[in-house]
This record gives sequence, C-alpha cells and structure tokens, in this order.
Amino acid sequence: MAGLTGRFSTVVKAKISKLLDRAEDPSETLEYSYQKQMELLQNVKKGLADVVTAKKRLQLQSQKLEQQVVKLDTQARQALAAGNEDLARTALERKSAVQNELQGLDSQVAELEGQQQSMTENQQKLQAKIEAFRSKKEVVKAQYSAAEAQVRISEAATGVGEEMADVGLAMQRALDKTENMRARAQAVDELEKAGAFEDLTQLGSGEDDIDRQLRQLSSSTQVDSELERMKAELSAGGHNAGELGSGGDAPSAGGQSA
Amino acid sequence: MIVRIATEGQYELPDGEVTARLNVLDNDAVAAVEAGDEARFTDLFAQIVAYVREHGTPLSDDDLRGSDVIVPPPDTSFEEARQEFSGDGLIPD
Repeated sequence: MAGLTGRFSTVVKAKISKLLDRAEDPSETLEYSYQKQMELLQNVKKGLADVVTAKKRLQLQSQKLEQQVVKLDTQARQALAAGNEDLARTALERKSAVQNELQGLDSQVAELEGQQQSMTENQQKLQAKIEAFRSKKEVVKAQYSAAEAQVRISEAATGVGEEMADVGLAMQRALDKTENMRARAQAVDELEKAGAFEDLTQLGSGEDDIDRQLRQLSSSTQVDSELERMKAELSAGGHNAGELGSGGDAPSAGGQSA
Repeated sequence: MIVRIATEGQYELPDGEVTARLNVLDNDAVAAVEAGDEARFTDLFAQIVAYVREHGTPLSDDDLRGSDVIVPPPDTSFEEARQEFSGDGLIPD
C-alpha cells in the first residue's frame, strides 16, 4: 500500500528500527520503557484530576448563581407587592444579568464534562495499551532468558518494538491533549483568583441594597398600616379599646385588618 | 495481513478482497488530502478505521508479530494528514 497507511507504516517502522538499534539489552530497554509508560500515565491522570476540580468549581459557582436568581425573583415580587415598581425593575434587571452569567457558566461546565469523559476514555485506552505492551515484553524476556536463537529474538523484537513505539505515540497524543485541557482548567483557577466570580456571588450573601430598600419599604408600610388601624379604632369609639392590646402586638405588612 | 491501527492495536485481516478494498479506501483518502477536501478525507479515513475493526480479528496481547501496514491514529486530523504528506509527519523523532 502506497497511500496514507503505507507512508505511515514506513515512518513507524523506521522509528522502530532506530529504537531497536540503540538497545543493547532488549529486556532492560523494554523494562525501562514500561516504567516510563507508567510514569507518563500518572501525568495523564493528574491532568484529568485538574479538569474534574475545575468543573466542580464552576458547578459551585453555578449553584450560587441559581440561588441568586431565586433571591432576586423573590425581591422583585416583594418590591412589587409593596408598590415600588422601580425597585422591582432593578431586581429583575439584575436577575436577567445573573441568568446570562449562569448560561455562560453552564456551557463551560458542559464543555469540561465532555473533556472529562474523553480524557477518561483516553486514560482507559492507554492503560489497556500499556498492559498489551507488558504482555509482549514478558514474552520477549522469557525467550531471551531461555537463550533461544538470536534470530527469533530479533523477529520478536520487531513486534514488541512496534508496540513500544505505538504506546509512545498514544502517550504523546494523550499528553498533548491533557496539556490543552490542563491549560483550560488553570484558566478557571486564575479567573477565580482574579475575583471574576466574586462580584456575582457577593450578591448572594448578606444583605444587599435591594434588601435594604425592601426593609425600609416594609417598615414604612407597617407604620402606615398601623397608623390606619389606630385611626380606625379611635374613630370606632371606646368599646373596642380592650382588643387593641392583644391585636396590636405583631402587626404585619398589610391586609390583616380586612 | 496484519494491520495496526496506531494508538489502538493490531488486527489480522484476510488477504485478497478485503485488503484490496482497504487499499482503494487508502488511495482515495490520500487523493482527498491532496485535493484539500477535508470532509471527504474525514469520511474516508473513518471508513478505513471502521473497515479494519469490522473485518479484522484483534491480535492477542502476547502475539509478537509485526504489522504489515499501520493505519494512522483514529483521531488523526485533516491538518495532521496533510502534514504527513508535506514532510513533518505525525511521528516526531
């Protein structure tokens, strides 16, 4: 075959013969290569762990923003019930901004989720490949120590050499991808350090300006309604005065007197 | 014939019709790369990989035979295939 596969085969085979020419003791070279493969696999695993951590961070931010949406929605209703449409509008505007942020965050989470899956698959394939190499290595070593004919060894070495080169290629591609994803995971980390998420999450904790205005609003309406009730009671005459003490203890925002 | 799908594993394929078909797909894929037709390359290359998996029997882990033909990694991009023909190749030294 002269095409893509033929060309590729030639390149790989050239690489293998270079690899084998360098080897003085095949079993030692194979053992070293196997150790190296196991080390590199650890790097792939570390990269995967970084992506998982980054994803969890973003999910946490996303949860906070969801709480924020609920809170702003409640605030808007409260403001509207209290007759302050401007404040309700402010709350709804913020809600919409937070929802936009939330969407962006969710798509980032989905992207990392996809990366995590493909990295997990990659890692499993690599592990299977290293296992295949280990089996071949053991066969070669057994033959070598049994001092079988040198010719047979070199034939076998082609097969194991090919496997070795192939694990190397698979490893290199996996590590390239891992580096890419690691960079993305680090970007999330840096965003967090730079405080990109803080502005949004600050809204979620403690009392914000909408809360304060709502509180003022509700205390003034409470005062108003209590005043109204007192007026009504006074104008109704003296025979209702006894109920005033028990009914007036806990006035609430409105509608109670109806 | 023994075919390796790089980064995946080795398969034994019956000679004759099957390998001839693989050869046709291979040459078409090369033609697509040379014509700069990415969509066609992607389609043909996926067909090559699927064809080997479908018609081949996986070699056992302790089989030491070398491959007659090596198919580039299944996730080979068009850009990588193009470079394969312009010199650099997929495999660094």
